[in-house]
Amino acid sequence: MIKSLDPRVTRAEIELDNAIEPLKEMDQWETFEVFHQKRRGDQHMHVGIVHAPNAEMAILFAKEQYGRRGLSVNIWVVKTRDVFTTDYDDSDIFETVPEKQYREAGGYKVMDKINKYKKSVKA
Amino acid sequence: MYGNAYIDPNEKAAGILAGEDMQKLAEFEARIARGEKIEPKDWMPREYRKQLIRMIEQHAHSEIIGALPEGTWITRAPGFKRKLALMAKVQDEVGHGQLLYSAAETLGKSREAMINDLITGKSKYSNVFNYPAFTWADACVIAWLIDAGAIINQVANAKGSYGPYCRALDRICTEESFHLKYGHDNVVTLATGTPVQRKMVQEALSRWWPPIMHFFGPSDKISNHTEILMRWKVKMATNDDMRQQFLNMYVPKIWDLGLTVPDAKLSKNEETGKWEYTEPDWDEFKRVINGDGPCNAERLAVRRNAEERGRWVREALNTSESKYMVPFA
Ligand SMILES: [Fe+2]
Ligand SMILES: [Fe+2]
Repeated sequence: MIKSLDPRVTRAEIELDNAIEPLKEMDQWETFEVFHQKRRGDQHMHVGIVHAPNAEMAILFAKEQYGRRGLSVNIWVVKTRDVFTTDYDDSDIFETVPEKQYREAGGYKVMDKINKYKKSVKA
Repeated sequence: MYGNAYIDPNEKAAGILAGEDMQKLAEFEARIARGEKIEPKDWMPREYRKQLIRMIEQHAHSEIIGALPEGTWITRAPGFKRKLALMAKVQDEVGHGQLLYSAAETLGKSREAMINDLITGKSKYSNVFNYPAFTWADACVIAWLIDAGAIINQVANAKGSYGPYCRALDRICTEESFHLKYGHDNVVTLATGTPVQRKMVQEALSRWWPPIMHFFGPSDKISNHTEILMRWKVKMATNDDMRQQFLNMYVPKIWDLGLTVPDAKLSKNEETGKWEYTEPDWDEFKRVINGDGPCNAERLAVRRNAEERGRWVREALNTSESKYMVPFA
């Protein structure tokens, strides 16, 4: 029996030589992706995962892991296996997006034309 | 990591890249050179995956085992506020362990396999946690100086190349700043207190100095192997560089408090800007990391006990619909 400096360990009556069966597959359950909202009006942000046997426990663990400091008002969890993603190998599908200036406010510059017009009217 | 990953210096560098697709390797290295992160499903060399798993896993184990020497003092921390603060710190460390296990499992090693390797003694964890926290002052010195060392290491690694590890470390480093402040506050309280308190903190510092000097590991001999790991941004600084950084930041703060570092040789060479010190006892380091330290057996027995006594609860909660899938990030 361990006589420890830690009274909690001594009280637990632990044998030093306590070989155990290895943890089996799924012992640590599956994973849930966690989304955290700091304050009302903010987007929920993906912050990481928790291992949990079900959604209720996942919320519990997510609160401990991602909500124990700072602001929080809301947490979502979703099973990792229910998330569909694009492939990084396919990220070329986004490649031409930054070129599409006609979708951007910055793609429209009118002041030059206005100033030129004003000048011509005055003249 | 709570300390640098222990890489066996005898491991052969030759053959690390044998059989790799050279075209893919070039793309991979170019991505890292551009400062882009590697994500879990990207192609990566076998050695990159292997070293990252080893390193992140060791780091995770260190957080979990590190909770034990500090936890020793939760029930006896002086006063309610310090009990609360220490509980919060220890919970953070366990949380760090969980974040790191998650980062490691994106590389394909399950959390069960990592825990199994910990409790059978196959995986390493930071050597410092094989030493006991004899008094409250030991817990204070750990919280200040071991966490200080951990921060130097973790801030460096947060600039590494593997996305999930970097994200976990960013979160961890934020919390570590509380640990450091909390530890410093405790040490300052003792050092500026009564003669008995000063004596207590001096003795704790003297006990912890050798493990602190061991913390970053032996000098790396710059082999091909370490060169490749640094090019891949797996290893971000040499052990000696981090030890120097630590001495530079914290020895003056220790001296400020009128405490004595138990190494007569310790001084900064003003010409080279480097600290000189008595070479730590690396035989002791090797002996302890290989299992023969004052607390190794107890630490692992406590972990096994926790896994074993919690097993029926975990099993009872498991449902047949559960299915594991490697997380994305
Ligand atoms: Fe930590
Ligand atoms: Fe810490």
